[in-house]
Amino acid sequence: MQVPAPFEYERATSVDQAIGLLERLGSSARLVAGGHSLLPMMKLRLANFDYLIDINPLHAELGYIRLTGDEVRIGALTRHRELLESDELAAAFPIFRDAERVIADPVVRNRGTLGGSLCQADPSEDLSAVCTTLDASCVIRGPGGSERVVTMEEFHVGPYETAVGDDEMLTEIRLPLRPGGGSAYEKVERRAGDWAVVSAGAAVWLTADGTIADARVGLAAVGPNTTGIPELSAALRGREPAEDLYEQAGAIAARSCDPATDQRGSADYKRHLADELTRRTLRTAVARARS
Amino acid sequence: MQVTMTVNDVEVTAEIEGRLLLVHFLRDTLSLTGTHWGCDTSNCGTCVVWLDGEPVKSCTVLAAMADGHAVRTVEGLARGAELDPIQEGFMQCHGLQCGFCTPGMMMTCRALLDKNPDPTDAEIREAISGQICRCTGYSTIVRSVRWASVHEAANK
Repeated sequence: MQVPAPFEYERATSVDQAIGLLERLGSSARLVAGGHSLLPMMKLRLANFDYLIDINPLHAELGYIRLTGDEVRIGALTRHRELLESDELAAAFPIFRDAERVIADPVVRNRGTLGGSLCQADPSEDLSAVCTTLDASCVIRGPGGSERVVTMEEFHVGPYETAVGDDEMLTEIRLPLRPGGGSAYEKVERRAGDWAVVSAGAAVWLTADGTIADARVGLAAVGPNTTGIPELSAALRGREPAEDLYEQAGAIAARSCDPATDQRGSADYKRHLADELTRRTLRTAVARARS
Repeated sequence: MQVTMTVNDVEVTAEIEGRLLLVHFLRDTLSLTGTHWGCDTSNCGTCVVWLDGEPVKSCTVLAAMADGHAVRTVEGLARGAELDPIQEGFMQCHGLQCGFCTPGMMMTCRALLDKNPDPTDAEIREAISGQICRCTGYSTIVRSVRWASVHEAANK
């Protein structure tokens, strides 16, 4: 039987109360939301905390998807199922529904959250690639009601490491809405619900005359970073969408990533996937931007 | 710590450790051994129960997280001596052989039919894609759910 080592269970009653607890307890405490990454790690003693602060009671406060004029704001406790089922979100960013269909399985998606996925900062995690693709910002709340906003690049410090401090909490993700946008996500996995062998997300924004105003690609499971690929965006900007352009973008994606050979596949195979999935998602993103 | 929750419509209160998992609370504290405990890593799905009406993998939920909430297990599917159509479907269509995955499968499939009374085979397979059966090859499980769906529609 696998059970976590003993810890004190605390229940959050508000964001500020949870941050107050974090402030007092420091690195010996951890927030738990869906728990589907943290609890297995605690069972395996890969993570050990003296205190767990259960933030599930804050779902009414932190579980939301709101469209404002120029951005979509998503509360950190929004569950995978809610992201999958939101027609509003799918209309603004179809990449979310593409990704949520292949994240874990329906039962796990009933518990797992957007904030938990990003804070786990697993290099193979799909929503990190989605948020990178969409140039998301992360709102981090700290003691005394302080708030700071960081980019995805700043948010992910390294594998399993984020910019969120011991006495801070990720509360919201903000996704800029720009005209003429389309997006898509593709994942190759060995079996249903598995981590990606490689995943790619793409987003494009077309001008009125159909050229690419901007484009971003985010990859998962091909190295420690979840950063976008500036060279790839630069190569696409101002160009007419076409097969040879996707090919060029795929080649840039393949040589920009740093996959490792493991039980999911060889580095060469993963590079091939980064290339192919970049092409496919760009193709779909452009088609969606046009429709 | 003390927790109070509703399990199959009955209120229960118990003194537990913070680290106690919901699956062990159900099986060991409440002796509701219908819920099975399998892989411990939220992969196999035999431990699926409902938390506030939604299927969850109870090996990866703390019992403390269910405090103040409603849990339903496979023991809460039948109404007295009358089996739920899902249970009847599993019997009629040989939806199980060894039975290990069955409680989790039935809880997920019941929740599916509550949301979507007439699912396609693909929708049924998607619903149980986080659950493993090593006997049936899934085909008879899909047939069992179809049986329940058809019979529920006919009895309405």
